[in-house]
Amino acid sequence: MCTVCGCGAGETTIEGHDHSHGHAHGHHHHHEHDRHHQHGDTHDYGQGPARAHAPGMSQARMVQIEQDILGKNNEYAAANRRWFATHGILALNLVSSPGSGKTTLLTRTIHDLKQTQNLSVIEGDQQTANDAERIRETGVRAVQVNTGKGCHLDAHMVGHALETLQPEDGSVVFIENVGNLVCPAAFDLGEAHKVAILSVTEGEDKPIKYPDMFAAADLMLLNKIDLLPHLNFNVGQCIDYARRVNPAIKVLQVSATSGEGMEIWYRWIAATQQLAEIGQ
Amino acid sequence: MHEMSLCERVIQILEESAHAQGFSQVKTVWLEIGELAGVEQEAIRFSFEVIRRGTLADQATLEIIHVPGEAWCNQCRIRLPMKQRFDACPECGSYPLQITRGEEMSIKQLEVE
Repeated sequence: MCTVCGCGAGETTIEGHDHSHGHAHGHHHHHEHDRHHQHGDTHDYGQGPARAHAPGMSQARMVQIEQDILGKNNEYAAANRRWFATHGILALNLVSSPGSGKTTLLTRTIHDLKQTQNLSVIEGDQQTANDAERIRETGVRAVQVNTGKGCHLDAHMVGHALETLQPEDGSVVFIENVGNLVCPAAFDLGEAHKVAILSVTEGEDKPIKYPDMFAAADLMLLNKIDLLPHLNFNVGQCIDYARRVNPAIKVLQVSATSGEGMEIWYRWIAATQQLAEIGQ
Repeated sequence: MHEMSLCERVIQILEESAHAQGFSQVKTVWLEIGELAGVEQEAIRFSFEVIRRGTLADQATLEIIHVPGEAWCNQCRIRLPMKQRFDACPECGSYPLQITRGEEMSIKQLEVE
């Protein structure tokens, strides 16, 4: 039985054990979470439609329902956020385009911080467990969530991934979202902060091309700055664009390859982690 | 892109309501979509066509209620229309404006039987 949500959405498989939800009607609610399973996990979503019918007939009538389409996701996100707060865990939702160097930045971060800080990772991709494997090679725990036809992680998937991951109290959980600057903006996962990663090999106008994401992020990491001498990328202009959409956004310039600027990013993580430990 | 999963969520809400309110078919769905909600109406229509098949909304018409974007300028202290999130105030040119309307994304009402 699903303790997080009593859920009835989608079909889920976790690599290594069963995790399938019967949908709405039809209700074959198979649900086996292995709470002790910590390595080699993949959650697969969107393996096919799950449909419902309600029998019976009645006359045509109007029904006022006034339901926010994202309401359910927001409820799951709120539950995740409470859980993180109770356990003093800092959760960061890393968002970017594909190819921004997000996984490289994350593996470098883990490599540099794992001696002093408990870390774990939820990896979101449409398919493959490649990224979770890259993370596991660093020696920290990771759960892969495959979104199938979905273009983003949602709070429900993250809630289940947490059951498998079981992060330690006072730790940092990185949630690497699907590489996509559009859809993940709309889906709160219960994280403390969204961190947008933009590399200087992309256009400097990305913050105004994808304003929803940069409006939702609290921190922007401008990555691959070691390549700046070879590019025609105007850093000041890029930061101006980001502040236009979100005046409160903090911007750090980093290179996951050369290590430049990474120390400040680590200080930001340490400071926000202290805030998370203080509690709700 | 996430229009597809939003439509799946719409169908789920319909199924839940069908159960709670005792109807079996949805004839019309009124969706309220704000101009600044980050979704394309055409993509919503397309996704709904695909997702509704074989569900209780198989025959349903989708009506979209468009909510125009509106923002508050702190400098000018006025409300003004907003087409895009990063627009400057047309009066004073300042950023950003505080969005007051247009982020809605909800099911307003249903015609059912």
